[in-house]
Amino acid sequence: MNPYIANTKQDVKAMLDCLGITSIDDLFTDIKPQQQPRSFDLPKGKSEFEVVEEFYHLAAKNATVLTLFVGGGFYDHYVPAAVNSLISRGEFFTAYTPYQPECAQGTLQALYEFQSVICALTGMEIANASLYDGGSALYEAAMMALRITKKNRIIMDGGVSPIYRKILRTYTDNLDIEFVETPVVHGQSDREQINKLLNEKTAAVILQNPNFFGAIDDHADIVAQAHQKGALVIESVYPISLGLLKTPGEMDVDIVIGEGQSLGLPLNFGGPYLGFMATKEKYVRKMPGRIVGATVDGEGRRCFVNTLQAREQHIRREKATSNICTNVSLCAIQALMFLSVLGKEGLKQFAQLNLDKAEFARQELEKIDGVEVKRSSPTFNEFVVCLPRDANAVIAAMIDKGFAAGFPLSRYYKGMDNYMIVAVTEKRTKDEIMRFTECLKEILNTDDRRC
Amino acid sequence: MKLIFEKSIPERPGFQVPRSDVGKKVKIDKKYTRSESASLPEVSELDCVRHFTQLSQRNYSVDTHFYPLGSCTMKYNPRFTENIANIRGFACLHPLLAQLPNGDHLTQGALQILYETEQSLCEITGMDNYTMQPLAGAHGELTGVMMMAAYHKSKGNKKKYIIIPDSAHGTNPASAAIAGYTTISIPSNAEGVMDIDKLKEKLTGDAAGLMLTNPNTHGIFNNQISEIAELVHAVDGLMYYDGANLNAILGRCRPGDMGFDIVHLNLHKTFATPHGGGGPGAGPVGVKKELSPFLPISRVGKKGDGSYYLNYDYPQSIGYIAAFYGNFSIIVRAYAYIMLLGQQGLQEVGDHAVLNANYIKERLKKYFKLKYDRTCMHEVVFSAAPEAQKGVHAIDIAKYLIDKGFHPPTVYFPLTVKEAIMIEPTETESKQAIDGFIEAMIEAHDLIKKKPEVFKEFPQSTPISRPDEVKAARELNANYFNKKL
Repeated sequence: MNPYIANTKQDVKAMLDCLGITSIDDLFTDIKPQQQPRSFDLPKGKSEFEVVEEFYHLAAKNATVLTLFVGGGFYDHYVPAAVNSLISRGEFFTAYTPYQPECAQGTLQALYEFQSVICALTGMEIANASLYDGGSALYEAAMMALRITKKNRIIMDGGVSPIYRKILRTYTDNLDIEFVETPVVHGQSDREQINKLLNEKTAAVILQNPNFFGAIDDHADIVAQAHQKGALVIESVYPISLGLLKTPGEMDVDIVIGEGQSLGLPLNFGGPYLGFMATKEKYVRKMPGRIVGATVDGEGRRCFVNTLQAREQHIRREKATSNICTNVSLCAIQALMFLSVLGKEGLKQFAQLNLDKAEFARQELEKIDGVEVKRSSPTFNEFVVCLPRDANAVIAAMIDKGFAAGFPLSRYYKGMDNYMIVAVTEKRTKDEIMRFTECLKEILNTDDRRC
Repeated sequence: MKLIFEKSIPERPGFQVPRSDVGKKVKIDKKYTRSESASLPEVSELDCVRHFTQLSQRNYSVDTHFYPLGSCTMKYNPRFTENIANIRGFACLHPLLAQLPNGDHLTQGALQILYETEQSLCEITGMDNYTMQPLAGAHGELTGVMMMAAYHKSKGNKKKYIIIPDSAHGTNPASAAIAGYTTISIPSNAEGVMDIDKLKEKLTGDAAGLMLTNPNTHGIFNNQISEIAELVHAVDGLMYYDGANLNAILGRCRPGDMGFDIVHLNLHKTFATPHGGGGPGAGPVGVKKELSPFLPISRVGKKGDGSYYLNYDYPQSIGYIAAFYGNFSIIVRAYAYIMLLGQQGLQEVGDHAVLNANYIKERLKKYFKLKYDRTCMHEVVFSAAPEAQKGVHAIDIAKYLIDKGFHPPTVYFPLTVKEAIMIEPTETESKQAIDGFIEAMIEAHDLIKKKPEVFKEFPQSTPISRPDEVKAARELNANYFNKKL
């Protein structure tokens, strides 16, 4: 029996009587016998208690006991209790898209505030109310740049997440777009190559800061060069780092996107996450996704509505700027709560703590014989470590010691077998970092054949 | 209500960031740092808790109100699925762990959930394989259409357009356009379903496929579906099922048996995961065997020893469509829901959703115009066109309902019905709640007769009255810090 169905036998009888039929089956006569299921062989239902127990059992098969030094764009940050408590309010999570603004001011005002904090963080003029995740946001940004410039070449920096680059390739496979990729030199974007490739056909240069290797950059010079050639610059950012780092706005970047998971969202084995996008005012009509705007009601009171909807699929259908409908409102509101709880000083301190812990770990790792930490450019909370032997083997041995020590670069970059990227967030204690380096030392000191 | 920024007081501390245990502060070269701090709010934790609690109270939600928003399946979201999603072994699981050496072994529980959810959805919909990756329904559509393109490419088919009935969701044509296809729209017939004769006229070898919701957005089941599938397959077109309305037919028929080749589902509709004020959703896509090689990577496989692994070895795959394995914590909730309901519980979903909708239809048809007066499925569409002649539009009735404590039905959709009022009660509402809604609609009907002019004044019970939407678009203000916009 389905416990979420409220109708009693009597209710059902009363409704059937009203309809002048004797059985629910009579409502399904449009479905012909030959259209009935050939099979519907599912297990019997279970009680809530049994299901919860089963899921605890399944959860125990996941190695969440490992101490995490893995990042790659997705980070193990602390989430203040107030955030978890507030986002669990049913008024937020069991509402739908605010089609009726009078009874959805909670969601609408929160999304307006979200757009505003994204602008404050990135130094941009306008943001949308979210996209699915960082990867789809990058794709949407590229499509937006093609629409604005009506050109078709895209220059992609090798420091952009290789996962996102793969996604972008999939989506654009059927479209007439010329992709060119530039390598990373000394950890940062290759100016010379980018300038060489910039031409009148270039729609956009796509950059990331900090990049996939954790390196920080100031892209203002690349932006200026791109603008000279009539191209736009898209930058993917890590929002926690913007507590300290130069904003894309200050670099005159045109479209900023990013993965907002670090802003109070659990890792959740990959989702749901939070894609965000901000741009310059002049491009707002080419921006995809929902936008909440302020206005007044009949009595002149300030209120909020979905606006500029003429860009969207439910109005424009095949001519829309994107096919996106449901986005990730709840995740956006969760990020707003996180940033509100942390506040202006809090975010700065939070970012500084990430920087300090990573630097400490970097120094400790450098002390190990044969381990080299790349120092050609400054980094935020993640950095590249070169090991004296295959990184995969070392990472596997570290797992046995209780550490997810880093992510092997060879998975996405050829010829980088001995390299891994190590992320250190504010959650990693000095003690954990010391044990991490001790274990690594031990592993590297043992017989090569063991790894 | 004030914005959180307007409650901000300089230097008011909020959260205490832990003290550093690693000694000195690192300084970054000024070249790389921002010139001033981001203007985030400076509020206490209590300020914050009050602000968001009060904001939440300005929402109608399933938890607080009957929410018969047609086409959105706003059913109750069982709380135990929240507890499950928050278990540390899921919530704190880093997605890249699965890609470390022997990573499959670090994530067996998660991979098993993905695998078993896929199996369950195959059985529920009659398909052969699923990808759990698409992050929402529209994302699933795009994935499905891209697979359609990959299928035709592999066969050397030159296809140009996708056929879509005029009652379709706006995402259908938008997804087709993004995948590089043009679209051809087919009108509905007098029965409220796609006109099969018009389809025959337009269908040529250039058709890549047909996208259809069944039951459609008129709430009507198209029982010519097998014939339509035969026609489309005859020109080597593919049948695409938009699963938005699957709730109506759970256990009564399956898209796979109706002749569909590709299916997307909305887990936040049929499988009771929360809508979150507009996401996150999840839009898994199922296919028949012939299309399985084109599914996105990674896919979850099961080995002979019963263990699960991520398989990237599909050379014909369309590639990566999302960073990882889908909106995992949404999938967890949906699977828990499926497991609890089981075979019988799932069948009852469709039965009661359809019973409730027909009950509303029957009781209200004396008062409001029915576009299609026949048995409906999970939702019923009325037209307020006669009322509109007296100056009371569908939107005015919607606003009246807000004052009566109901979230309004969907209005002005589907586009095929003038002044549409689309009501979807779902199976989780009681007869008593539904009766309350019916009474409110009847009162609206009576009031329209007596005093149509008062409808422009609704709603009156909400924190705001009707907003000036024109001003919002003309004098765009979407960022507190850039009001000049």
